[in-house]
Amino acid sequence: MSLFAVLIDGTIYASWLFLVAAGLTVIYGVMRILNMAHGSFYAIGAYTAASLVGWYFNNGIGPVWVGYLLMLGCALVAGLIVGLIIERGLLRFMYGRDEVLMVIITYALLLILEDTMKMIWGVNPYFAYQPYAEMGRSALAGLKVSNYDLMLVGISLVLGLGLWLWLERTHQGKVLRAVIHDREVAMAMGVNVRRMFTLVFVLGTMLGTLAGALTAPAISVVPGMGVEVIVLAFAVVVIGGMGSIEGAAVGALLVGLSRAAAVHYAPEFELFVIYGVMALVLAVRPQGLFGRVLARKI
Amino acid sequence: MNCILETQGLCKEFGAVTAAKDVNVRIHKGEVVGVIGSNGAGKTTFINMVTGYLKPSRGEILFNGQSILGRTPRAITRAGMARSFQVAQLFPQLSVLDNLLIAVSAAQSPFPSLLAPMRNASRIAQADAILAEFDISRWRDTLVTAVPQGVRKLIDIAMALIGDPQMLLLDEPTSGVSAEEKTALMDTVMRVVAQHQVTVLFVEHDMDVVRRYVSRILAFYSGEVLADGAPEAVLANPRVQEFVTGGPNAHKRAAQ
Amino acid sequence: MRLSKTELILLGVAVLLAAGGVIAPQWLVFLLTMALAKAMVVQGVVMQMRAGLVTFGQGLFFCIGGYAVGMSGHFLDITDLALLLVIGVGAAVLLAMLLGLLMTRYREIFFAMLSLAFSMILYGVLVKSSALGSTDGFNVKAWTLIGWTPAAGQASLALFIIIVACSGLLAVLLHRYSRSSAGMMCEAIRENEVRVEYLGQSPRWVLYMNYVAAAAVSALGGGFMALSAGHIDPEMAYWITSGEFVFIALLGGTAHVAAPFIAAILFAVVRTYAIELVPHSWQMILGFTLLAIIVFLPKGLWSLFTGQARRAKA
Repeated sequence: MSLFAVLIDGTIYASWLFLVAAGLTVIYGVMRILNMAHGSFYAIGAYTAASLVGWYFNNGIGPVWVGYLLMLGCALVAGLIVGLIIERGLLRFMYGRDEVLMVIITYALLLILEDTMKMIWGVNPYFAYQPYAEMGRSALAGLKVSNYDLMLVGISLVLGLGLWLWLERTHQGKVLRAVIHDREVAMAMGVNVRRMFTLVFVLGTMLGTLAGALTAPAISVVPGMGVEVIVLAFAVVVIGGMGSIEGAAVGALLVGLSRAAAVHYAPEFELFVIYGVMALVLAVRPQGLFGRVLARKI
Repeated sequence: MNCILETQGLCKEFGAVTAAKDVNVRIHKGEVVGVIGSNGAGKTTFINMVTGYLKPSRGEILFNGQSILGRTPRAITRAGMARSFQVAQLFPQLSVLDNLLIAVSAAQSPFPSLLAPMRNASRIAQADAILAEFDISRWRDTLVTAVPQGVRKLIDIAMALIGDPQMLLLDEPTSGVSAEEKTALMDTVMRVVAQHQVTVLFVEHDMDVVRRYVSRILAFYSGEVLADGAPEAVLANPRVQEFVTGGPNAHKRAAQ
Repeated sequence: MRLSKTELILLGVAVLLAAGGVIAPQWLVFLLTMALAKAMVVQGVVMQMRAGLVTFGQGLFFCIGGYAVGMSGHFLDITDLALLLVIGVGAAVLLAMLLGLLMTRYREIFFAMLSLAFSMILYGVLVKSSALGSTDGFNVKAWTLIGWTPAAGQASLALFIIIVACSGLLAVLLHRYSRSSAGMMCEAIRENEVRVEYLGQSPRWVLYMNYVAAAAVSALGGGFMALSAGHIDPEMAYWITSGEFVFIALLGGTAHVAAPFIAAILFAVVRTYAIELVPHSWQMILGFTLLAIIVFLPKGLWSLFTGQARRAKA
């Protein structure tokens, strides 16, 4: 029975991780920017959802399903706005710089956003538990599982598949992959790389805020949640290979299941396991499970 | 056996692309060999393999009779084979003098000192000496980023010479330098090289430059050695003319 | 060994600082002690940056240094300051010798991420360790030095003088190191690693030595921090702490060995006032400052003094 519990817990955690990591890996894959502020986008999504949804449900404004839509809608809008401001206002002046420098720049962004959130939402926790509670629980092979969590698994599957299909099957996706492969050649072929960057960054941001909004009902939204999450997202993205959606999915599963196993059998190792797997993968296969190696020419 | 460098059946494939096909070459001590071939013919691949930067798909490389196959560039340099690069590989944010001092320090010991200063009198004297040989002493204290292309190529070669190598491979020593400057640059290089008694192999596109200095030419095409021998013979070779140099009737042949 | 002009100045400043500590108010002495401890950790970060590597996990060695000091006091009843610091540095060196074998295979982003991962591993282990107080950490016992136990009011000043002395010595050593063959080889590796290989030198070996040395220096800072603050906790290994060290390193720049000391003191002073005046905007100030440095002063504040900023723009 315990093994099944590990499987369920692990899958739920993995789907959450995937939602968080998807935006991060897409942005890195196309723009070669490892966005440390991604955790802050997640937090912004969570705060936006928690405050709006909390207000909506506390005042019994309307039907429940509208509340859900509100939650997702406001997260997407927040992501759109934040993504546009940051990409158009800061990042587009910094393209072409060293990758590690970009990490430091996004780190600065994280610091700024953390306090911005404090200014907007204060330091007290926010709760928007209603969507989570509304859905109730199901029995799954003798274990009680929250339906909301199951919905998350479903959403992450749909999202993952959707992203993958978009990249692999649509024309836009093909153009994107060309840009990923060789930015200069794509530009020479007439691709508007600049516009693509804006598009991708905003998409990544929206994925981040969406993940935050979806998570908000399950937790208490507090300052610093973005900072905690980003390291986990890094672990997943690094394990799977930066820039790969399949990698993020596999990485999420790996981390999710390992962590669930640790929590059930050896709780002292919970955090150790996540970063341990990250270090292990980096040691054995630095480009990650699905990543590409770039060679230097002389 | 005066053979300093020998390759046997050297091959390199990058997936579907063949960069080197059955390259058999023997270079003897004291020779000055010119390597010609159009772009993508495999000249730099050859140098990269021989100096350990690329691992050949098949074949053997012997330096002074010893196999150096699979050895790192670092080990091969210490064994006595140095190279310069198509695009000069220097330390941009350091001064010209510091660039050379690093080369001197590296040549002296594989284990650099943790406290003793790099810039000591004896190393500076060595660096100054080679700067004078190449006649670029006036750039001594300038940052490499501020140094003109021709001088950079000379620094690149100077750094390779500092370790007192037995053999020097120069990958397009005059590339990026204007046509008028090419001959002067090569004159300087070959003069210094002669003083150091080094076996030289250099890649070059300008046939006038090649003819001026070499006792032997290797012509590459599509990863293979097309011709190998005395300059007049190789340059008169019709296949060399067709695929590499473009002789007097090349345009007619191309039209066919 | 003859001391160069710079080294004499460094030692002179140290002497002045120590003397100043005698007349300075207690809170300032305390602040400066912590700042100098942090500066030592930052020196480790700077050593890596000179070799072209940005570490987001120097907190690992900072934490090891601190916990070694704390644990030696707590579990082994060792209170001698010198011995404690030696243990701290020794533990870090051993770990670095092991990790360095792996870390020196990576550059750029992978190095940054791997260093972050290892420091978070330590964080994870400590947080879950109830024997070590988990998130609360535990207190560090009062120190002694070769039998002498400082009186109640003296300890703070005594530690200050000791750390100033150590900082002075460290500054001289690091100044030598940065000009040594190994130190210059680190810069060469940053500039063009392939060329270093082709000069017959092993970049991995040089980077390995640099990594271990940087770990030792940072652990020294961690040890002093533990002694000065009287408390250690897992936050020391948290990645945000490491980020702070990177910030201070960038603030000062890597050009001169004095820069991290000055930057750390500046940082400590500004932070004290900022936390009082605008506690919930301090991070934002840091963020904007960091962006400003990257855009306008990529070589750090030090470049302001030496006019390098003008040269860099040209």
